[in-house]
Amino acid sequence: MESKPRIGVYICHCGVNISATVDVEQVAEFAATLPNVVVSRDYLYMCSDPGQGLIQEDIETYDLNRVVVASCSPRMHEPTFQGAAQQAGMNPYLVEMANIREQCSWVHSDRERATEKAKWLVASVVAKAAELSPLEEREVDVTPGSVVVGGGVAGMAAALDVADAGFPVYLVEKSERLGGRLAELNRTFPTLEPVADLIGPLIERVQTHPAITLFLNAQVTNVEGYVGNFKVKVTGQEGERQVEVGSIIIATGYDLFDPQRKPELGYEYPNVITSLEMEQRLFDGDLAVNGREPQRVTFIQCVGSRDVQVGNPYCSRVCCMYTAKQASLVKDILPNADVTVLYMDVRTFGKGAEEFYDEARAKGVRYRKGNVSEIYRRGERVVLSGEDTLLGQPFDWETDLVVLAVGMESRADISELSTMLKLPRSADGFFLELHPKLRPVDTAVNGVFLAGCCQGPKDIPDTVAQAKAAASSALIPLLKGTVPVESATAVVDADLCAGCGMCVDVCPYGAPALDLLWGVSKINAVLCKGCGACATACPSKAINLQHFTPEQILAQVDALVG
Amino acid sequence: MKTQAMTEQLELYGCIQCGKCTGGCPVARKTTLNIRSLIYYMLVEPELKVDAHEELWDCTSCFTCVERCPKDVRPAELIIALRGQLVEGGRIPETIGAALMGTFRQGNPAGMAREDRSAWTDSREVKAAQDGCDLLYYIGCTPSYDIRAQPITRALARAFTVAGLDFGTLGIEESCCGNEIRRMGEEGLFEMLVEENGEMIRAVGASRMVTVSPHCFNTFKNEYGLDGIDVLHYTQLVAALIEQGKLELANEVNKRVTYHDPCFLGKQNRVYDEPRAILQAIPGVELIEMDRNRERSLCCEGGGGRMWAEGTNLEERLAFQRVQEAADTGAEILAVACPFCLLTLEDAVKVRGLEEQLRVMDIMELVNLSLGEE
Repeated sequence: MESKPRIGVYICHCGVNISATVDVEQVAEFAATLPNVVVSRDYLYMCSDPGQGLIQEDIETYDLNRVVVASCSPRMHEPTFQGAAQQAGMNPYLVEMANIREQCSWVHSDRERATEKAKWLVASVVAKAAELSPLEEREVDVTPGSVVVGGGVAGMAAALDVADAGFPVYLVEKSERLGGRLAELNRTFPTLEPVADLIGPLIERVQTHPAITLFLNAQVTNVEGYVGNFKVKVTGQEGERQVEVGSIIIATGYDLFDPQRKPELGYEYPNVITSLEMEQRLFDGDLAVNGREPQRVTFIQCVGSRDVQVGNPYCSRVCCMYTAKQASLVKDILPNADVTVLYMDVRTFGKGAEEFYDEARAKGVRYRKGNVSEIYRRGERVVLSGEDTLLGQPFDWETDLVVLAVGMESRADISELSTMLKLPRSADGFFLELHPKLRPVDTAVNGVFLAGCCQGPKDIPDTVAQAKAAASSALIPLLKGTVPVESATAVVDADLCAGCGMCVDVCPYGAPALDLLWGVSKINAVLCKGCGACATACPSKAINLQHFTPEQILAQVDALVG
Repeated sequence: MKTQAMTEQLELYGCIQCGKCTGGCPVARKTTLNIRSLIYYMLVEPELKVDAHEELWDCTSCFTCVERCPKDVRPAELIIALRGQLVEGGRIPETIGAALMGTFRQGNPAGMAREDRSAWTDSREVKAAQDGCDLLYYIGCTPSYDIRAQPITRALARAFTVAGLDFGTLGIEESCCGNEIRRMGEEGLFEMLVEENGEMIRAVGASRMVTVSPHCFNTFKNEYGLDGIDVLHYTQLVAALIEQGKLELANEVNKRVTYHDPCFLGKQNRVYDEPRAILQAIPGVELIEMDRNRERSLCCEGGGGRMWAEGTNLEERLAFQRVQEAADTGAEILAVACPFCLLTLEDAVKVRGLEEQLRVMDIMELVNLSLGEE
């Protein structure tokens, strides 16, 4: 054991986030009285540069060998403070955090009691800090290259960026062609550019790029390994192949909502079609219904979106604009036809979108507020029953052709990949990003990134932006050549281990394995995430989770109840 | 009336004013009832003069609004709650008052004598459920007293006997289920019925109960909390009996038949297939669908207390529209599975002079024909 602990304690105001509810000065004064505490301060923003500087100066001045920061959740800023301590020459695993924001100031209103609780939390963490040991930071080499799953616009854009950076890319596409859903569209909003002009050159580049290996009619069927060193099994018509890469980009896209799930909307009638079917009709320039030009064409928004009944509470983000585009194109082809859009809200974010909506109305596309409740047949026409909510009048609108603006859903087969890679999904069914704002393309699995609509509905610019973001994130380990691995891992005391294999069963990451020769468990430190499941399960108490040792945890508990 | 408490209780905040409720409302087209606009009023105004809304009595509780709402708001429940305010204040149509009083005094909204509740049996022996039975046959008010509906009640008893079921009824101790009472806004009376009926039903100890009317079926199934008792509408039970070969439909009924989905059976409880399965099992029956079927079935205007209140627009009855739709299919028989639908649609056939062309019959009447002479 090294020299006596010398602890510095730092209480953050977090602006007023903490200080409005917790008397931070009082907590700092209290902390100064705790055993082993050499210096205790409070500061407006500990995470700011001056805040971090304060810690670094104190490490120097007071010869600190432990740092405790009482502020937000460690999920937010632990790496910040670990980094600051490391720069000042301290092992980052000698930094501990007390969460007095999410677990105290934000959830309490009584200032006195919240202050008391903050003191307890700080005392507990100070007690643990005294028991901390430095841990070695380790790195492993990275296998250069990425696997991209999905050959739509997201997958292609991501693959090209990684390949252009000089790394091999294995692009795996389930169908027999590249282009994904985009290839089924006619023109794009708001520029009305033909999709063929957009996607043709992209496909051409992917097919001819020397760094891209293309697998069509193929699927990823198994993934092993970890960030920097994944082994991906690709199964296709030519059999199985295993590729080794450092990172993976998921770009598997979406499914269209099936309007048969809203039977009241009469999708069984030949003159009720989906927006995707309308794309084909616009491509063919054929809008005829029963061989005649329609006099009325009506668009219905939000079919299968913003609808909790079908389990899709979210907005699909693209339907308002593609409907404006289609309605506008229909008006071009049939200037004398009545073209009506029935909507509940029009959402036109994005560059040039509101302007396009303005143009569509100026062109004569009629927007009537009120979503359709029911569609039934009258002769060759159909009747749309709804209410004009601005007039407060129900309507029964006869029309020749109805276009259902169907929304996006997570793919029906998304669970296969989700299970294989242990990728979490959000409540809407799509893949879950690690942080909605700050880590939008990262996943809970290091080295696996998301691009495009597999993460949630998106238009083409957002999809490509995310694909390029995923590519640059996927390039980080490839460019660095090494990846750091978690140091707070579990270790087995071979003398105590009975080789029962319970740890192997409980580990979600496949880190422990029984050594056949010695009959004891060994934990692969690169795979271990430090979750502690094995340490808890081990009946012989042979597994110790570093940084969360029984001594450390009991010291924390003692400070609270002792 | 202050709006806030009710708005919170009914969770109206989910409403995004899409208009699907009023857009699908069958009576909004003919009266001033606009549930979407009422919800908006509740959301943005502190007070509502509920007395000024006579059109609240136009609602048939078909629950199309509930079925269509993309945000799981239950618009029809607002109407029921507002009716409750009117009931509490005593400002209700006279006929509604009479129906509530009749139920309170005699256990049925028609105010018929409780002693006559078993008149439908026509002196046939029916086992008393109170003595114990496997299947509780709950008759309901209209099927007990209404001469037009009684043949359905008898046909069912016959079918159960033929199938060899151990069934019994509550006899003259049976009271109104309260489904319509709740929808007329008399929550207190409804709760009393739930307590008394619930106790009596549980005491029978039957594992299953079956109803003639989808209205009774709805409240027993969804509002009584009869845990451990399988509540069935007769179409579900009869379809199963046919499927199991316990009911042999030997005689041909050579008719073109269309089927009208009752709101309380279809939209509200999603029983769409069993009535059709029964019709298709009857030899000779040719089933033709109206365009508006299943989820899109048009309400006959008999629910939500409307059997006892005319509403504000007598001229344009939905039943007129419905029988015309049925006649347009070329069907000879408009089959129903609800005593209210039977009465409203049969009325409409007469008013519309379609008697030569179209006959309204309950599915059980057709089954009875197919079973042959008793």
